[in-house]
Amino acid sequence: VCIHRVRSCSSIRFIKSKYVCVFDKSALKFSHQQRLFRTSAVSCGQIVQFKLSDIGEGITEVTVKEWYIKEGDSVSQFDSICEVQSDKASVTITSRYDGIIRKLHYNLDEIAYVGKPLVDIEIDSSKGVAPEEDVVETPPMSHEEHTHQEIKGHKTLATPAVRRLAMENNIKLSEVVGTGKDNRILKEDILNYLAKQTGAILPPSPKAEIIPPLPKSETVPAAPKDKARKIPVPVSRPIVFSGKDKTEPITGFHKAMVKTMSAALKIPHFGYCDEIDLTQLVQLREELKPLAQIRGVKLSFMPFFIKAASLGLLQYPILNASLDESCQNVTYKASHNIGVAMDTEQGLIVPNVKNVQVCSVFEIASELNRLQSLGSAGQLGTNDLTGGTFTLSNIGTIGGTYAKPVILPPEVAIGALGKIQVLPRFNGKGEVFKAQIMNVSWSADHRIIDGATMARFSNLWKSYLENPASMLLDLK
Amino acid sequence: MVLQSSLKNCLQLSCILRTPKAVFGSTTSGGLIIQSISNDVYQNLAVEDWIHDHMNLENRQVLFLWRNSPAVVIGRHQNPWQECNLRLLRQKNIRLARRRSGGGTVYHDLGNINLTFFTPRKKYERMENLKLVVKALKALRPQLDVRVTDRYDILLDRQYKISGTAAKLGRTAAYHHCTLLCNADKFVLSSVLKSPYKGLKSNATPSVPASVKNLFEEDPSLTCEMLLDAIAEEYATQHQIDHRITLINPADETVLPGINNKTKELQTWDWVYGKTPKFSVNTCFNMVYKDSVLDVKVDMDVKHGRIEVCNIDLPEQWLPPALCSELVKSLTGSKFCPNETTTLATTLLRVCPQDDELHSRWNLLCENMIMLM
Repeated sequence: VCIHRVRSCSSIRFIKSKYVCVFDKSALKFSHQQRLFRTSAVSCGQIVQFKLSDIGEGITEVTVKEWYIKEGDSVSQFDSICEVQSDKASVTITSRYDGIIRKLHYNLDEIAYVGKPLVDIEIDSSKGVAPEEDVVETPPMSHEEHTHQEIKGHKTLATPAVRRLAMENNIKLSEVVGTGKDNRILKEDILNYLAKQTGAILPPSPKAEIIPPLPKSETVPAAPKDKARKIPVPVSRPIVFSGKDKTEPITGFHKAMVKTMSAALKIPHFGYCDEIDLTQLVQLREELKPLAQIRGVKLSFMPFFIKAASLGLLQYPILNASLDESCQNVTYKASHNIGVAMDTEQGLIVPNVKNVQVCSVFEIASELNRLQSLGSAGQLGTNDLTGGTFTLSNIGTIGGTYAKPVILPPEVAIGALGKIQVLPRFNGKGEVFKAQIMNVSWSADHRIIDGATMARFSNLWKSYLENPASMLLDLK
Repeated sequence: MVLQSSLKNCLQLSCILRTPKAVFGSTTSGGLIIQSISNDVYQNLAVEDWIHDHMNLENRQVLFLWRNSPAVVIGRHQNPWQECNLRLLRQKNIRLARRRSGGGTVYHDLGNINLTFFTPRKKYERMENLKLVVKALKALRPQLDVRVTDRYDILLDRQYKISGTAAKLGRTAAYHHCTLLCNADKFVLSSVLKSPYKGLKSNATPSVPASVKNLFEEDPSLTCEMLLDAIAEEYATQHQIDHRITLINPADETVLPGINNKTKELQTWDWVYGKTPKFSVNTCFNMVYKDSVLDVKVDMDVKHGRIEVCNIDLPEQWLPPALCSELVKSLTGSKFCPNETTTLATTLLRVCPQDDELHSRWNLLCENMIMLM
């Protein structure tokens, strides 16, 4: 958590308040010229050299492995500054002060020495000087009186930051056990003291995620009569939204998709949609599922959709074609390599089942299983991802009815399948029955495919699926 | 304290899982021995993180016992490409994890036990911990020739490494963990810890290879359970605490609030691969195409696991130069990852001229590039 401090050097202590403390180079230049008036350092705050503290086990040097901050960053006490390594031990160095990082004394992979400066931190001047040694309280000001106590003749040692924390929480320093050198009270001692009060373990870092639940005895219910008198007054507070826009470059796979989709949009798409009654297919699949299971294959609806599409493509081969760049030639592809859109962590990938025209429904199912497990493991090979000629996208597994799919070049057609819904329909006798309805949305390249062709293909595909027995007649 | 009472609840559940050890430890401060019921490397590493970040170790020390299903664990500042055979890991479905402590790469499976000693920062003492382990082993089997080296390894018969060590120091707390080979698969161990990747140059911490041996080979009557019990017993004796082990479920948010986020973070690509210190790949390979052999030279700079700079030297005109530069442009900024490169390359192919010859050359080049990752 970085706390940005408004820099205003209006403190009486500094003689240099003549100058506006704006932190840019021009301010520095200005003050250099006015040497006569300058009596102390140019910057508003005091620069403290934060030394690398003792690692333990007699270690004197470590290698700097990672910086978590850079020059100019704001840090708070206990923020992580860097990671150093020494002989199989990785050490997180945290800041001792609140302030701004002014200098990093080492580059990555350099050797850093215990006891030598690691970073220079500029302490916020308005908070007062916070040197490495702790301040012993001199005659206190009135409001700090209760935080300074003499215990057994010893003055309590604590830095101003720690004292402020105690004061903010109405804690008497005398009641806190100090664990630092000479029993000085550290920030974690205050936090531990608070933790003991609430009965929860409070982690020292302000970044901690856990919010320990307060035991019930802590919440003191208001007396009923008080409640009756109080009328809640809505306080209008300005709504503050501190979120920031985040820009990041498009890389790798997404960059490639940008190229592909831009090319796809150049294709004049037309759409054709229809609804399919899958009631019979649902029943058929229920019967065949256990048989496939015995053979070790999970049988979904896709193998049927894919096989039916291939049978349709035999009658309408133009849908399994490719148009060359100059739009001069059409290539009718012999293989039906039907792509199946898969949603993975990376995004949309489309592996394809090769040569569906010579595969049985079971073989297609088996191949789909293989592609799906490779896909979820992120291990699909180039062969599985190239050579597709026609694509089906089962967006219905996520949801939706009708869609407007985008053709994947160099193909000329694509179908998007919605989810299967149970809907009332009329049968031949005029009776209402429960039907399993799925919507299909086709898109095709209007440069070489006309509406009639798409419609006829769709009808054929639909008829195979609505009456699965008819597939038997045309199976090769 | 909240932690204790929650563990108590967890305990009532775990009574069903593993009796008779599943009895709540001492309520007094001093020490605690806990054992994970999970074999998931990420969950167990997350428990370490959780204890390090959230537990008050001021007046108590904790011993954490855990075992993992097959996994390779690299140190905080290491390069996985340099340390292990990533291809083999993917094939065998062996997990890859990066821990937060320093040190080298190790292979874990259920024949290996892991011990983590949690102490306040000031009481960080690795030698003491390892001597404790050696003492426990000798108490169990007095004839075992085991000793601690000054590199914090434990050697068997003065030459075989049976334990490696690593540590993490924070502001107020520290932990030292080590492995112990009881009955791990040495064959898999040696094959996964051998990197096939050539031409890597980096400042990442290198591992020091060592000959290993299982304690089981020395004495077939030993099991992991016996080792865990012996070490717990010795720890309890030395810290004067109850020797009973508390079982802990690393997926239980009520006992360890926030643990699932830690587990997730340890599994992200950005942590496992993205935290690799900057490195470069300068290598060449031969491609056999039809009747000729082609030399390809590849130079890449990888930072945060992503390709910062990429250069591919191909024989002239073997692929259209425009296509080559398209590939290089796409690779720049993308993850140094075979899956990313595969999907990238195959997607780009869609907008190339539809020429079978071109496609097969492209695929050949891409397959070879992928082999580097």
